[in-house]
Amino acid sequence: MLKYIFKRLLIMIVTLWVIITLTFVLMVNIPGSPFNTDQSSNATVQANLEAHYNLDQPYYIQYLLYIKSIVTFEFGPSIKQPNQTVNDLLSRGFPISFELGIITIALAVVSGVLIGIIAALRHNGFLDYLTMGIAVLGISIPNFILATILIQQLAVNLEIFPAATWRSPAHMVLPILALATGPMAIIARLTRSTMLEVLTQDYIKMAKAKGLSPWKVIFKHALRNALMPVVTIMGTLFAGILTGTFVIEQIFAIPGMGRYFVESINQRDYPVIMGTTVFYSAFLIIMLFLVDIVYGILDPRIKMHQKGGRSR
Amino acid sequence: MERILEVNDLHVTFTTYGGTVQAVRGVSFHLDKGETLAIVGESGCGKSVTSNAIMRLIPDPPGKITKGSVIFKGQDLAAYSEKKMRSIRGVDISMIFQDPMTALNPTLTIGTQLMEGLKEHKKISGAQAKAKAVEMMNLVGIPNPEERLKQYPHQFSGGMRQRIVIAIALICDPDLLIADEPTTALDVTIQAQILELFATIQERTGVSIILITHDLGVVAKIADRIVVMYAGKIIESGSKREIFYESKHPYTQGLLHSVPRLDAKEELKPIAGTPPDLFSPPKGCPFTARCPFAMEVCDKVYPAPEKISDTHYVDCWLQDERAKRLLAANVLQT
Repeated sequence: MLKYIFKRLLIMIVTLWVIITLTFVLMVNIPGSPFNTDQSSNATVQANLEAHYNLDQPYYIQYLLYIKSIVTFEFGPSIKQPNQTVNDLLSRGFPISFELGIITIALAVVSGVLIGIIAALRHNGFLDYLTMGIAVLGISIPNFILATILIQQLAVNLEIFPAATWRSPAHMVLPILALATGPMAIIARLTRSTMLEVLTQDYIKMAKAKGLSPWKVIFKHALRNALMPVVTIMGTLFAGILTGTFVIEQIFAIPGMGRYFVESINQRDYPVIMGTTVFYSAFLIIMLFLVDIVYGILDPRIKMHQKGGRSR
Repeated sequence: MERILEVNDLHVTFTTYGGTVQAVRGVSFHLDKGETLAIVGESGCGKSVTSNAIMRLIPDPPGKITKGSVIFKGQDLAAYSEKKMRSIRGVDISMIFQDPMTALNPTLTIGTQLMEGLKEHKKISGAQAKAKAVEMMNLVGIPNPEERLKQYPHQFSGGMRQRIVIAIALICDPDLLIADEPTTALDVTIQAQILELFATIQERTGVSIILITHDLGVVAKIADRIVVMYAGKIIESGSKREIFYESKHPYTQGLLHSVPRLDAKEELKPIAGTPPDLFSPPKGCPFTARCPFAMEVCDKVYPAPEKISDTHYVDCWLQDERAKRLLAANVLQT
């Protein structure tokens, strides 16, 4: 197991390196620089500024400097807001984005799985059609459309929830709802179909033949097996939720990391681009790693290591 | 002998888009304590449905017991509530499934699956449950049980898994064991071992067994009495001897003729044709269309059971006094 984790860590580092390099190549290829939007600055000032941020150096030196800043996790000050370092931005924005993301994931997984189970147990019944109908809507409506509809109806017309910002639990309801509906619908549909398949398996009949309660048959015997495909798509869903936070943070004016990420690219704020990209990709890679670990826990047939095997 | 199970006039139907399938159409049989009854017949004749109906494990909808009773130790299981039925399943009546590769949950350890029935039904401590589990593993012949309990199904071979399935079925000391084709999915050498295991278990625990199979070799080995089913009906029943050597129904005879024999010189004779469609089963004897001795009456009226001996009954017009007289007359004429 330790060996497996170590191996995975190495692969994760390589993945991260590829992402950093790609980001760097893309970044230096965007036309323009952080300073040419400043009308006041003349050519000398601009040259001085570029020298200050090492932007006059050849690309390979810049690249090495970036690698160094990533390894030491010291991205330096933002070019656009020189009084703040990138680390400041990250440590301020991350907790908020993390809160938004984690609550969304938790809501999407728990309610998606529960809705899927209910739909499977009421197969071809009213509840099945109702929940799956709503799920199709949930998949089809993009989160930014849903967000605006929610704001219009629940915040502006009915005034139940605040329309924007991130202060109290009431503020969280609309952005989380807008972000969680899509993944929830996907999980619900997938859980329903795998659950229907698992419920016809012999071991479910056997569990019933043991006289177990329906509760135990479903949660102990069926769910574990039905969740495997759900766990598989979890990685993709995490990535989707992560990019979704950029949009949702923008719409609801949430001071998370997503805003800095988007703004930094528009403003060519190189250290912030690098810092947020590395941070986001590292986070996603770690989540994917956790998904794989959960996979192994759910299904003992998936081997993390080469020990053991078939019957001796 | 103590009567443990009595099935009377059992009817089971399945409602589908295409119509109602009459899978079991009035099946009656009984089972005594410590006895092994074999239910034989070809695929789709209703033998598995009958056994599932006893356990009340028929998915409803679409399946339904429309008529009849299942008297187990004096109580009618067909009238039990689902909750009351749960206290019977696994405790008084257990079931063994056909394919051990799919009957065990791949994500739970053998120990968990073995002990959960025990923990569900009996007030028992963890240590006691484990001791019982080890005892059962020993009974079914699995070496180092304590270590094996912690393993998962994929770490066992097919034969081993079937032993585990049997151990699970027996752990609450049931009075009745329903084995639905327990050896079909195993290879021949393992089949013999499992059949021997059944014999040992019955000797030690006195459990009654209903064995569902289409394999007459298996029947010959362990059954006391045999019930032959065709198109949802029991067409002949009798002791092992009576069915194998004195069978009266043309279908039973056909079934016996279609078993390959090592010493046979002549060609194997399969029964021609296919069983009737159970969406609209025939009014008369369902075997008429395939029967070489079919008479006019066979197609019109279903024959009443004819008693051959105290244990031997057959549903066939050939056994009717009038048919016998006619046959005798025909023989004289030719």
